[in-house]
Amino acid sequence: MNSIGEACTDMKREYDQCFNRWFAEKFLKGDSSGDPCIDLFKRYQQCVQKAVKEKEIPIEGLEFMGHSKEKPGGSS
Amino acid sequence: MVKYFLGQSVLRSSWDQVFAAFWQRYPNPYSKHVLTEDIVHREVTPDQKLLSRRLLTKTNRMPRWAERLFPANVAHSVYILEDSIVDPQNQTMTTFTWNINHARLMMVEERCVYCVNADNSGWTEIRREAWVSSSLFGVSRAVQEFGLARFKSNVTKTMKGFEYILAKLQGEAPSKTLVETAKEAKEKAKETALAATEKAKDLASKAATKPPQQRQQFV
Repeated sequence: MNSIGEACTDMKREYDQCFNRWFAEKFLKGDSSGDPCIDLFKRYQQCVQKAVKEKEIPIEGLEFMGHSKEKPGGSS
Repeated sequence: MVKYFLGQSVLRSSWDQVFAAFWQRYPNPYSKHVLTEDIVHREVTPDQKLLSRRLLTKTNRMPRWAERLFPANVAHSVYILEDSIVDPQNQTMTTFTWNINHARLMMVEERCVYCVNADNSGWTEIRREAWVSSSLFGVSRAVQEFGLARFKSNVTKTMKGFEYILAKLQGEAPSKTLVETAKEAKEKAKETALAATEKAKDLASKAATKPPQQRQQFV
């Protein structure tokens, strides 16, 4: 899968590989010992955040999980 | 006005397989409309939950009529954020996904809860809710309200115009109220009716005394 920043795609794939291994073998099994992907993540993030800014994508200041507090069920 | 959707699905795989697959599902044969995928935030909380924010860009496929109505929207892909909380201790995952552009045209928000299937612990169920809304509903409400307000204002002008011209025709200063004018109109109508009755009576009696050949039909 491509990254939004053309230059970041390789870094993204490297990070994803590391993350997926750690996620399935450590994190899901309750193993909280260190994150082996920190450096790869940092490199990837630097690239991505730059691309996001350049494309002026408005992802700043958005509350995590959005406005997903109690929402009305059923159409209104 | 918001359109609400509620659905439930089951995946015949265990929760840990599903949660791992969640991060690897793009690309797949059914995701041709998904153009890019990026993690833009990730952290492990002190209570061992994984928080992530994923940025996706997707093609903006609209029906032809919508493209004609909203040409400015056609050129831009849709940016979507997907926030998620993975809780391996409780074997649940919650996601919240929404579009951050084209939002005035249409906003779609989706909330999913993934958990172990109640009947089969080797399966995973997904409870999905979505809300679809558009500020265009607000625009159409505003157009209706404006139309009604303008109509009411025009009715007032119509009645004032009537009052004015009636007063003028009756040779009076156009300062009477509608009630007064209406009262006078009523009195006038009464007099006219009385006069008409008298006239009719008169004509009838005159016709009765005329010789038969000269009798005319008064219709």
